[in-house]
Amino acid sequence: MIFNKLSRRFLVIVTGLASMVSMSAAHAEYALNMTKGVTPISQQQYGLHMLVFWICVVIGALVFGAMAWSIIYHRKSKGAVAANFHESTTVEIIWTVVPLLILIGIAIPATATLLDLEDAKTDADITLQVTGIQWKWKYTYVDEDVSFISSLAQSSRDVVNDPTGNENYLLEVDEPVVLPINKKVRFLFHSSDVIHAWWVPALGVKQDSIPGFINDSWATIEKPGIYRGQCAELCGKDHGFMPIVVNAVTEAEYQQWLVSKKEEAAAAAASAEQEWSMKDLLARGETVYQANCSACHGPTGAGIPGAFPAMTGSPIVLGDAAGHIDIILNGKAGTAMAAFKGQLNDVDIAAVVTYERNALGNSVGDLVQPSAIKNAR
Amino acid sequence: MSSASNQDYYVPHGTHWPIIGSVGLALTVVGFANYLHDTWSATPIFVGIAILVFMMYGWFGTVVKESLAGTYNAQVDMSFRWGMGWFIFSEVMFFAAFFGALFYARMYSVPWLDGASNNDATAQYLWPDFEAAWPLLMAPVTDKYEVITKAMGAWGLPALNTIILLTSGLTVTLAHWALKRRDNVWLVYWLFATVALGFGFVLLQGYEYVHAYQDLNLRLDSGIYGSTFFMLTGFHGFHVTMGAIMLLIIMIRAAKGHFSPEHHFAFEAVAWYWHFVDVVWLGLFIFVYWL
Amino acid sequence: MYTDTAHDAAHGEHHDHGPAKGLMRWVTTTNHKDIGTLYLWLAFTMLLYGGSMAMIIRLELFQPGLQWVEPHFFNQMTTMHGLVMVFGAIMPAFVGLANWLIPIMIGAPDMALPRMNNWSFWILPFAFTILASTTFMEGGAPAFGWTFYAPLSTTFAPDTTDFFIFAVHLMGISSVMGAINVIATILNMRAPGMTLMKMPLFVWTWLITAYLLIAVMPVLAGAVTMMLTDRHFGTSFFDAAGGGDPVMFQHIFWFFGHPEVYIMILPAFGVISAIIPTFARKPLFGYSSMVYATASIAILSFMVWAHHMFTVGMPVAGELYFMYATILISVPTGVKVFNWVTTMWKGSMTFETPMLWALGFIVMFTIGGLSGLMLGVAPVDTQYHDTYFVVAHFHYVLVTGALYSIIAAFYYWVPKWTGHMYDEKLGKIHFWWSTISVNVLFFPQHFVGLAGMPRRIPDYSLQFAEFNMISSIGGFAFGLAQIFFLYIVIKTIRGGVKATDRVWEGATGLEFEQLPSPPPYHSFTEAPTVK
Ligand code: HEA
Ligand code: HEA
Ligand code: HEC
Ligand code: CUA
Ligand SMILES: [Cu+2]
Repeated sequence: MIFNKLSRRFLVIVTGLASMVSMSAAHAEYALNMTKGVTPISQQQYGLHMLVFWICVVIGALVFGAMAWSIIYHRKSKGAVAANFHESTTVEIIWTVVPLLILIGIAIPATATLLDLEDAKTDADITLQVTGIQWKWKYTYVDEDVSFISSLAQSSRDVVNDPTGNENYLLEVDEPVVLPINKKVRFLFHSSDVIHAWWVPALGVKQDSIPGFINDSWATIEKPGIYRGQCAELCGKDHGFMPIVVNAVTEAEYQQWLVSKKEEAAAAAASAEQEWSMKDLLARGETVYQANCSACHGPTGAGIPGAFPAMTGSPIVLGDAAGHIDIILNGKAGTAMAAFKGQLNDVDIAAVVTYERNALGNSVGDLVQPSAIKNAR
Repeated sequence: MSSASNQDYYVPHGTHWPIIGSVGLALTVVGFANYLHDTWSATPIFVGIAILVFMMYGWFGTVVKESLAGTYNAQVDMSFRWGMGWFIFSEVMFFAAFFGALFYARMYSVPWLDGASNNDATAQYLWPDFEAAWPLLMAPVTDKYEVITKAMGAWGLPALNTIILLTSGLTVTLAHWALKRRDNVWLVYWLFATVALGFGFVLLQGYEYVHAYQDLNLRLDSGIYGSTFFMLTGFHGFHVTMGAIMLLIIMIRAAKGHFSPEHHFAFEAVAWYWHFVDVVWLGLFIFVYWL
Repeated sequence: MYTDTAHDAAHGEHHDHGPAKGLMRWVTTTNHKDIGTLYLWLAFTMLLYGGSMAMIIRLELFQPGLQWVEPHFFNQMTTMHGLVMVFGAIMPAFVGLANWLIPIMIGAPDMALPRMNNWSFWILPFAFTILASTTFMEGGAPAFGWTFYAPLSTTFAPDTTDFFIFAVHLMGISSVMGAINVIATILNMRAPGMTLMKMPLFVWTWLITAYLLIAVMPVLAGAVTMMLTDRHFGTSFFDAAGGGDPVMFQHIFWFFGHPEVYIMILPAFGVISAIIPTFARKPLFGYSSMVYATASIAILSFMVWAHHMFTVGMPVAGELYFMYATILISVPTGVKVFNWVTTMWKGSMTFETPMLWALGFIVMFTIGGLSGLMLGVAPVDTQYHDTYFVVAHFHYVLVTGALYSIIAAFYYWVPKWTGHMYDEKLGKIHFWWSTISVNVLFFPQHFVGLAGMPRRIPDYSLQFAEFNMISSIGGFAFGLAQIFFLYIVIKTIRGGVKATDRVWEGATGLEFEQLPSPPPYHSFTEAPTVK
């Protein structure tokens, strides 16, 4: 307690100094320290962090104090004459043993917290599978048959070059993940391509999502609210642009949300049965393309030479529709081109195929219906 | 250890071999990278290697000449010994990386994929059909990685190869004894035997590879078992080949009478290297083939 | 055996004991001083090159929004900055110091294997040319971080990655040969009477560093070799689909990588242990405990690697073990710090430029070490990992640690090397300018890190804006200070007040007590007597 108060005062002073140097105070929402967060784990982490921090401050003060003392008083210009002592086994032992004891003092609470943090399996109420995908997150509610993809919101994307005015610049997603409070949520992390890391500071969860393996972690959120985080493992070009938003709500709101999600899915399935017009497909295709493909193949389809092929004039895009559909459904093994069959539904794929064939500088002229995708799956 | 006068320590002045070596090395690797990308043919690689061989010929030639002229005193000899010894240690660590990969795969990644330790979810959600085993014949994804029909046994050819290498360790020691009793004839004979055993080993290893590919479908791209198998045996085989070539050169030098019981560091260096290759093989035999 | 006539014949051809003339002097040299100079210049060039990339990083991060570079290029800059600084600036600088100093500190005529010494150096310009050239190729430079985790560096990396792989192979060959040379020199070339426990600590720390190098550089070579085969020959070391594991790459990398960071700090400890006693005019406190502490740090450094991997999902027993081992390293490191402080205690101190840098080292390295301790606490590293808190930690130990010690070493020994005193006033300006700006640069990074800013991102949300701007300003100022340093270096080489042989009132050691300033091209052709 007292530590926390002291630390706040110390940080306030530093803040004051810093803001004097600072030029623009427009968005001054200073955060100087680790968040306390809203889960038991994040609070333990915060406590440990402050404990070790203050130990470091004290050690630093002693060491630098002793240095300062000799710099001030044992200087030649003050007439100091050098002593000649240069060995003492006793002091060497003291300054080996005392730090060791301090470390043991740190290790004990750290061990307790770590054991707690790793205990994801026991008594979990909800299991949420989180899949990292270059550069978005897929959430699957294992027991609920609800699954969706969450990526950087278009509104946040649009202001990449003009951050002014957007409060949650780069931290807004198109579909937040919704979790009930006071339930133990077990997260299962994995990845469909490279390694990502799912990190929400307020939840005290940061765990790598690794292709081929599943890691777990857990959180019991104690306060409703919106908690933001980011991918914390370099995962390629748009690593900086895969935010996470957790919407923590009451159990009742959560149940309601699940129902609406399921209704949405049913509506989407129905729309896949219809015939679509060229105009509708192109409009939808553009949205899908910009959200899922433009990161690699470029907003105008130009790609990045040597890394990602252009869509404009691509032989596969201009070739027959079957090959084009195939690479999007199944990806290309051994390359960054992922299989999208698990990420996009039939309508989306039909739309994006149609879009690529008839936009981005291409004009093949044909139209691919969702039913064709369904057959190709 | 130290000699009374540093004057006696031979410090060569100026050498152009290293820069030639650097050019050769750079050309080899740049050529190889471009070859992998189909931007160049294989020719630059061979030119690079040729430059490297030329460099080694020239460099070692100079050293041999200086050595025969008696330029090197005991302290220089000691520097060479430390140098060779720690070079071999660095090679041990190079192998350690690959052995590390083998241990990791056997003890961790393969069992984990089947749910061991805290990986229940991995097995349940990602690889429900996968079964851990070692040697791992069937990788988790079989349309990407070939299925092996049978693991490589230890007691056929590999056992024979073990005997060959152990024998060659013996013959090189016999050569050393011959050298020490100034018996140049037997020195050359025993060296010849060692070289022959060395190349014999490489040939049999090549035969084993053909067998692996053709009969067992054990390939570089047949999952982690194939990867570790070929990486370790291949890297070792490469070292045996190098060692055998070095022994061959030592044999020629021995035939020319370059070595005396007091002064034969080159011989010893190559012998150490050979023993090192031998010991690594024992590790391979135990962990790659046998257990 | 060796005979007199042979000796004469061998030396007859090389009677000219001075340097050759022209460019070929530098290309063909076997002289430890020439090679040391080459290494130091290469390191300085790489510092400027790596620093320029840091400036691009800081420029892009000056404000939120993407102003200057594309995200993909930003990642290339981060990666190349890390690689160039680690392998191009800090490591070669220490090898340069080793070349210059070890022979004259132990009374040897040269390094033990002079021809190989030349090769160790002359591989590096080729390696760095290959590495740097990828920036201009299709696909761009490596963009997967200096830690090049698979599968981002294997399946998902552009073709240029192969050039990177081979450049790392070449650096490995160079480092291993350099390390072998250091070991052979120290173990075999000491003057009579120079027993191991009389060696200057710089020599001791380098001996131990050399062991670290030959133990871990080959492992790095093994890691990139497996990357190469995974990329091109169908192996599956780092691919779970074939029974491998991407995390296996991280274990192998950090088995190299953690000792690597001590490779970059142990010689620094040696430098500081030389400078503090000189300007405190008092012998180093606890010489033998310093030696044992260095050895303990080195041994422990092989056993802590997975503290970089607390979030990869290791079994909990592994996490506990690596946490305990990691924080344990604080103990021997603390011994070093306490010994330095006690050396100052009751000394008769003066504050010439090298001393200022050394004092700056102790304070700021300790800050970096203490934040390292915080990182070592596994359950909290969950929050710190891959944020700017880590970036702040390692720049405190690397920039105000390793780099500061290198600059301190320059000021301390350059009068010996060139015979010219540097300009004391400029040196002091350089120190204060650097020290103020480096703290403006890196201290705020602790705050943004704790507040949640991930590392390796080209753009950030608005709450981090102020501190990033402050940090960038500090960065530009620190960069300019190093341009100023370049001026000081050239000015000192060109001329200056003649240095005495002793150089510093309190200096000890063979290089100060038994050699003139500058020392002859071949020093200690007669072995000195060591009391
Ligand atoms: C010169 C380089 C150097 C040095 C010396 C160190 C020293 C230490 N480092 Fe650091 N470290 C790096 C370079 C270095 N590090 C780099 C480059 C990275 C990032 C790599 C990357 O991801 O890109 C990194 C990352 C890193 C991490 C991973 C963080 C993460 O990614 O999540 C950790 C975690 O444990 C860590 C810990 C430590 C510790 C415990 C020390 C200790 O050795 C420090 C010991 C020193 C002290 C503690 C101070 C002095 C001691 C006293 C005054 C005595 C009293 C003290 C006590 C009783 C506690 N370091
Ligand atoms: C080994 C030593 C070392 C050194 C000396 C430095 C020096 C500096 N480093 Fe860093 N750095 C690393 C090692 C080092 N670094 C590593 C290993 C990483 C991790 C990489 C990764 O994530 O993969 C990293 C990452 C890193 C980041 C994080 C990038 C990211 O996560 O995206 C940043 C950001 O500020 C940074 C900044 C700086 C700055 C401003 C300096 C300054 O000290 C540089 C000062 C020097 C100069 C500037 C040169 C001289 C000036 C010129 C040539 C002229 C131009 C000058 C002006 C325009 C003023 N470094
Ligand atoms: C993470 C990066 C990435 C994303 C996202 C991505 N692709 Fe690709 N794509 C690639 C790469 C890399 C290739 C080249 C594969 C190869 O080497 O043949 C490729 C190839 C293709 C090709 C074949 C082009 C040719 O000429 O070879 C098509 C068509 C394609 N992608 C369509 C899409 C569509 C549609 C989407 C979105 C739904 C998409 N891609 C999303 C990386 C990506
Ligand atoms: Cu995903 Cu970084
Ligand atoms: Cu480390």
